[in-house]
Amino acid sequence: MEKGNEIIIKAGKSALHYWREVWRQRELFWILGKRDVMVRYKQTVLGVAWGVIRPLLTALVMVFAFGKIAKLEQGSTIPYMLVVIPGVIIWLFFSQCLSQISNSIVGNGNLVSKVYFPRIIIPFSSLLVGLLDALIAFAMFFVFCIYYQFLPNWHIIFAPIFLFLAYLGAFGAGLFASVLNVKYRDVAQIIPFIVQFGYFISPVAYSSERVKDEWWYPIYNLNPVAGTIDGLRWCLLGDYSQFNWQSFFPMLVFVMVSVLISIWFFRKNENSFVDHI
Amino acid sequence: MKAISIENISKKYILSHKKKKYQNLKESVSGFFEELFTNKDEEETKEVFWALRNVSFDIEQGDRIGIVGANGAGKSTLLKILSRITEPTHGEVKVNGRMASLLEVGTGFHPELTGRENIFLNGAILGMRQNEIRSQFDEIVDFAGIEKFLDTPVKRYSSGMYVRLGFAIAAHLEPEILIVDEVLAVGDSEFQKKCLGKMKDVSSSGRTILFVSHNVTAVQGLCNKAAFLQKGKLVKYGEVGDVLHDYMASISKFQLQQHWDTPEVAPGNDQVRIKNIEVVPDFVNGGKNIDVRTPLKVNFEFWNMHASAHLNLSMFLYNMTGECVFNVGSQAKTFSNGLVKGVLEIPGNFLNDGSYYISVMIVKDTADPIFFMEEAISFDVADYREGTNWYGKWPGAVRPINIPIQTWKVDGLL
Repeated sequence: MEKGNEIIIKAGKSALHYWREVWRQRELFWILGKRDVMVRYKQTVLGVAWGVIRPLLTALVMVFAFGKIAKLEQGSTIPYMLVVIPGVIIWLFFSQCLSQISNSIVGNGNLVSKVYFPRIIIPFSSLLVGLLDALIAFAMFFVFCIYYQFLPNWHIIFAPIFLFLAYLGAFGAGLFASVLNVKYRDVAQIIPFIVQFGYFISPVAYSSERVKDEWWYPIYNLNPVAGTIDGLRWCLLGDYSQFNWQSFFPMLVFVMVSVLISIWFFRKNENSFVDHI
Repeated sequence: MKAISIENISKKYILSHKKKKYQNLKESVSGFFEELFTNKDEEETKEVFWALRNVSFDIEQGDRIGIVGANGAGKSTLLKILSRITEPTHGEVKVNGRMASLLEVGTGFHPELTGRENIFLNGAILGMRQNEIRSQFDEIVDFAGIEKFLDTPVKRYSSGMYVRLGFAIAAHLEPEILIVDEVLAVGDSEFQKKCLGKMKDVSSSGRTILFVSHNVTAVQGLCNKAAFLQKGKLVKYGEVGDVLHDYMASISKFQLQQHWDTPEVAPGNDQVRIKNIEVVPDFVNGGKNIDVRTPLKVNFEFWNMHASAHLNLSMFLYNMTGECVFNVGSQAKTFSNGLVKGVLEIPGNFLNDGSYYISVMIVKDTADPIFFMEEAISFDVADYREGTNWYGKWPGAVRPINIPIQTWKVDGLL
């Protein structure tokens, strides 16, 4: 920190150069994220292999339950596995970020009550764990592409954008929840519940083509995960999936509004976290 | 230049007391539904608690401030506000310069990570850059003395190693303003010595230090100014000796005198009655409270009811753990009835610091104790030392400086 830099501590006033301070502490973002990644597979025999096992098993169960038993695969022109994997990638990434972020402040209570740094670094840094898993799941997708001899087209360059949008969606909702969680631990009860039933109200294991003509489809699209999954399918499945503007716009609006409101809400409350934690 | 200026800081907490209405699960379930339908308000009372109230003072650059006060006086709240962990309800603080606060040793250590990984993690949390840590890495490991266990998860560390590693990292922070909470309360005396030594180094390099401690000796040795908080208010701020005197006077429960006006109300029996017992310090060095240098006089007066009694006095000095430090007796003399006075002189530079109490026994015919006045008076002896960098508890029942140790050179060869 350069000299002559005066800090004023006052009620209801966050630091003047908040974002500059966040930027200055970017190393902390990195190291907290790295901590979560390193800790994750400590003292496990299979280690990072779990990163493959989880999406793989999820996808297999989905293909079995929805493709085989519910017979949704019949109308599909490409192997159903390839339809399911983008859904699984987004869903696992979204749900993981959501639970990590919403628990981030309480989970790092020991830091919050003992050291100062811009608190928003904590939820930011929760991204890395999920991101690593998502990258592994992408690799898995390409293995299946080789297996099925399927070649994605140029749309694939947009995949990171949809992953990022999924992150922002989780960030917007999770950040809000993380603030509430400090005072009301009910949030910690709700989040796992959302993660559990969210599968069924998002087009994870089925294509949104199937529900497009229902009257409730616009309501269905309020779920930001629907838009990102549709988007990622468009990226990965090339000509076999249409770009779905109907789900894209609600998702974009949700992401922008929720992120802005959450950040405002977070900044407003962050200085009193320690009094409630 | 002002490093920190604190203006009218207050911090309010709201305590809510909820009456426990239900004793078991069944009652609480039925109670919950009852409330749901009858819309009965919970019996909740709220109480406003001011952890700090209108505290203002300025800290100059290079000052070393000790913050003292009883438990609950608001010391930790003040540090939390200064280190930006919580915000004040009212008031404003201006801070000039890079600040680091050390409210706990090893903040953010992750038990699953190794010592090496935790050094980087903890360093980053305390605000060090990765390359700063890298360049000081060897020194940190050396200071903590954990070379062998660098790649062991810290959950397998002994608690001593854990604390040493935590402090070693913090000790290599180089802020302009350092805020330290009672970190010295943990760890063995070896570790405390190391901590204080390091703090001394930091302070001699002209940096500003704020230091909370119950160890008055450490505050006296390290700080040039002190702030005394009581129930959230700043009672006194200024030169360290003055402030500590007020603080000590407020916490000590000593009783320097007991006095009775007439034999009828005085304790004793039909042979003797106690009139007065007091301890009188002789402040030779212009001090204001009893410290290890102060000579003390114990005056004792009693009424002798017998026409002729062969009496002597026996005084017992106990320390707070109840051990008798010494017992001295007077020469036996024959007294006719009337007031008898005895004086015991305890020289300065003899007692160790701590709390003491005195019991007095009146003995007849050198063998028969006729009255024993237990715990008649008590007093505290404060610590004082100079010419040393060590502020741990000085061991020993007494601290007789007058018993010298001499050293001299015997031989020039190695």
